[in-house]
Amino acid sequence: MSFSNDQLERYSRHIILKEIGAKGQKKLLNGKVLIIGTGGLGAPAAMYLAAAGVGTIGLVDNDAVDLSNLQRQIIHQTKDVGKPKVISGAETINEMNPDVKVVTYQEWVNASNILDIIRDKDYDFIIDGTDNFPAKFLINDACVLSKKPFSHGGIIRFQGQTMTYLPGNGPCYRCVFLNPPPADAVPTCRQAGVLGVMGGIIGTIQATEALKYILGIGELLNSYLLTFNALTMEFRKVKLPVNTNCKVCSNKATMKELIDYEQAACDMKPSSQA
Amino acid sequence: MNINVNGKEVILEKEINIKELLILQKVEMPDYVTVQINEELIDQEKFELTTLKDNDAVEFLYFMGGGVYELFK
Repeated sequence: MSFSNDQLERYSRHIILKEIGAKGQKKLLNGKVLIIGTGGLGAPAAMYLAAAGVGTIGLVDNDAVDLSNLQRQIIHQTKDVGKPKVISGAETINEMNPDVKVVTYQEWVNASNILDIIRDKDYDFIIDGTDNFPAKFLINDACVLSKKPFSHGGIIRFQGQTMTYLPGNGPCYRCVFLNPPPADAVPTCRQAGVLGVMGGIIGTIQATEALKYILGIGELLNSYLLTFNALTMEFRKVKLPVNTNCKVCSNKATMKELIDYEQAACDMKPSSQA
Repeated sequence: MNINVNGKEVILEKEINIKELLILQKVEMPDYVTVQINEELIDQEKFELTTLKDNDAVEFLYFMGGGVYELFK
C-alpha cells in the first residue's frame, strides 16, 4: 500500500513523528478497532480514531439519537435526533475521512452475538463505551476468552476511570471488579448526570490506547486503573495486581461461557450506551 | 497512625479495620467497592478482619458505568 498525495498531506503530522512514520501510519490504515457504544465515550473515541486514519472502525449500538445525548455525544448532530446512532456515527466518520471503512452493528451486545461481532473483522482492539455493568462484564469476558485487548472506560458526574486489558499481561476488569452488582439487590441506579466533557477526556484516552496498541509504542494502561476527577483536576494511576482467583482470566478460571447479566432496575432502556 | 487513602493522607486516632474505614470515609456503597492495600486486593469477607497499619496505602476502587446513571442505596 502506498500513500496518495492527499494521504501524505492528511497524515503528515503523524508521519513526521519518529515513533509513527510512514510505517506506523500504514499500520493505522490497516488497523481495525471495534467500538461498543457510540455514546459519551464511544463518540470521541470513534472520531479521533477516524481522523487518525484507522482503516476499519466497527460501531455497535442499538439506540437512536436522543436530544439529551447531544450535550456529550459529539459524533451526533441536531439533525440526527431519532436516527440510529450507528448510522449517524458512520455518516460523521465518512464525512471526516474517506480512508475509513465503517462497519455498523445495529444491535445490543449479548452473550450470543458478541464473539461473532469481534470475529467479524478480526478486530485488533476493542473499546468499551457502554454505560452498564452487564455489558462491561460481557465485553471483558468476551475479550479474555477470545484473547483480544480492550479498553474499559467509565464516567459519572465529574469523575472518570479507564484501564486497558492486554491478554496475558496484567489483570482484566473482572480481576478488580469481581461481579456486576446484582439486579435484584437493594442498590439500584438513579440518574446522576455527567459533565459532557468527561466522555471526551476518557474516550480520547481510550482512543490513545488503541492507537498505541496498533502502533506498538509506549506503555499502555494494562495493570493500571487511571482515575480522573475534573473538579480537582487530579489524575491518579493506580497499580492493579492480577487476581490469581479471577474466574475468567486466571489459571483457576472456571468460566468457559459468557453470561448475560440482568441490568439493575433503572428507569432506563434495557441496555443503552453511554 | 497515618495511612494513605486514594492518594490522600488520613490520620487515624486508633487502630481500625477496613469496614470501619469505609464508614469513616463515608463510602456510599461499601458492598460495591474494591479495596486494595499496598497493591494487594482484599477479599470482601476479610474487611472486618483486616486491621490497618501505619503507612498503609489504601485504594478504594469504585464501579463506574457510562454516564448518566449511578448506583445508590
